[in-house]
Amino acid sequence: MKFNGPVWKFGKDIDTDAIIPARYLNTTSPEELAKHCMEDADPTFPQKVKAGDIIVADKNFGCGSSREHAPICIKAAGVSCVIAKSFARIFFRNSINIGLPIFECPEAVDGISEGDVVSVNAADGTIVNETTGATFKAKALPASMQELIAVGGLMKYVQAKLAAKA
Amino acid sequence: MGMTITEKILAAHAGKATVEPGELIHAQLDAVLANDVTAPVSIKEFEAHNIEKVFDKERVIFVQDHFVPAKDIKSAEQAKIMRDFARKHELLNHFDVGEMGIEHCLLPEKGLVGPGDVVIGADSHTCTYGALGAFATGVGSTDLAAGMALGEAWFKVPETIKFDYDGVLPEDVTGKDLILHTIGDIGVDGALYQSMELTGTAIENLSMDGRMTMTNMAIEAGAKNGIIAPDKTTLAYIEDRAVRPFKVYASDNDAKYVREIKYDVEKLEPVVAFPHLPENTKPVSEAGHVEIDQVVIGSCTNGRIEDLRLAAKIFQGKKVHKNVRCIIFPGTQAIYKQAIKEGLMEIFIDAGVAVSTPTCGPCLGGHMGILAKGERALATTNRNFVGRMGHPESEVYLCGCNVAAASAIAGRIVHPREVE
Repeated sequence: MKFNGPVWKFGKDIDTDAIIPARYLNTTSPEELAKHCMEDADPTFPQKVKAGDIIVADKNFGCGSSREHAPICIKAAGVSCVIAKSFARIFFRNSINIGLPIFECPEAVDGISEGDVVSVNAADGTIVNETTGATFKAKALPASMQELIAVGGLMKYVQAKLAAKA
Repeated sequence: MGMTITEKILAAHAGKATVEPGELIHAQLDAVLANDVTAPVSIKEFEAHNIEKVFDKERVIFVQDHFVPAKDIKSAEQAKIMRDFARKHELLNHFDVGEMGIEHCLLPEKGLVGPGDVVIGADSHTCTYGALGAFATGVGSTDLAAGMALGEAWFKVPETIKFDYDGVLPEDVTGKDLILHTIGDIGVDGALYQSMELTGTAIENLSMDGRMTMTNMAIEAGAKNGIIAPDKTTLAYIEDRAVRPFKVYASDNDAKYVREIKYDVEKLEPVVAFPHLPENTKPVSEAGHVEIDQVVIGSCTNGRIEDLRLAAKIFQGKKVHKNVRCIIFPGTQAIYKQAIKEGLMEIFIDAGVAVSTPTCGPCLGGHMGILAKGERALATTNRNFVGRMGHPESEVYLCGCNVAAASAIAGRIVHPREVE
């Protein structure tokens, strides 16, 4: 899978309340949630984000609450992937589970500015800043997670396991 | 090589003699938990994949605590999805209005989690149960749906940081101050992906309520879990409550830690975390002149009976400042009833405090105490992120129950001794 798009850049410790404030957690509809994506970090984000855009953020992205609504709203807003220096652990698991591609790469974060066009090759973790020409390499996902993605996500794994038990 | 308490619990639940940090395991789950915000997403996943039944009707625990009694029609619909699922699958531990409490106050109280358990919850503060000597961690709704179906989950065995809280707590310093001080020291990602093992004489002398306040906030340092080895205090709390047999684990003397951090608690004073991260801590004496509009006492962090007693001791014979709204949320119905029995409610009401049914509402800016633009709250809750309690331009400061009560009386953030 390859992604290519302009970057929206965010700072460190972007928490899940900033990604999707609790006042909107009375729905599970991805489309509804997307209307408020990143609202408390940047109130204009839901209006300006376009399909294929990429989020680049500093350390500890997605800290705080376990709300899966956070990666769901980012994905539903059309963001193709998130690159950060590090991710909070529940957000990391949730992103893998719902199929939001995420890449940990501190060097890329320092080498990318807002508005740069970036391309990402998910297979090998290569990140290219098309605007500056700089190339970076993200940490590879652990093998077990790559397997989960290969079978179509955690719930597909659950289905297969239940079928094997039956 | 010896193992830590977290490693021992995970090894036992993965059917292994030993595990090491970094190892990926599949662990059997003793309980899985969801609430009215996270369960509907889990249920959607569960049903979309045509899974017929939950792995155990007793161990899948649903607590309606975030937006019920329903704050609006959409929340009522979410609660109903959960209610309908609980009835269809005949869940034995579905706690609805009238029986519910704030989940992390309720589950220990009901003995639904115990020492040696592995518990996942679709709520980040699930790490609270580490105070009982359980491995408990927050997950998202899809992980929870998988746990509901299989009764197992995958984990990467975390490295452990050992914290040693040495000494006798000074008067006015609570478990909340210890954990805020710790987060202020190591930062909001200071224990990212790691286990926080809390030890030392100050922990040994801390009550279960104080311990739960501490492990509750392990997530605010990015930790996977917080844990305290069971001792006589733990056993006295859990023995008559536990619904299942439990097992006590302790770290080996030669267990390996990634870091060891020691605090001399005798040097501490009450702590306040300034906006907008729990790591922005200051001793209350250095808070300066910070006027407040609202005080919230309660939540899964500080909504237990000891917390209410501490607040009541300060409110006794005093009045909430005329410019402050003070709201108290007991954690469960049993805590509420106990507070009535002990006369705490009378003290609160005489002081001009509003007392609510248990709910997570104000802590996450859901309902029952939302802030307007520019308003400032002091809360005994766990997060002070931008917009956490309402308008994105409002502010939340975090503290323990004594500082919260004293500040409600003073109208600004003060040390408890200032209102004596």
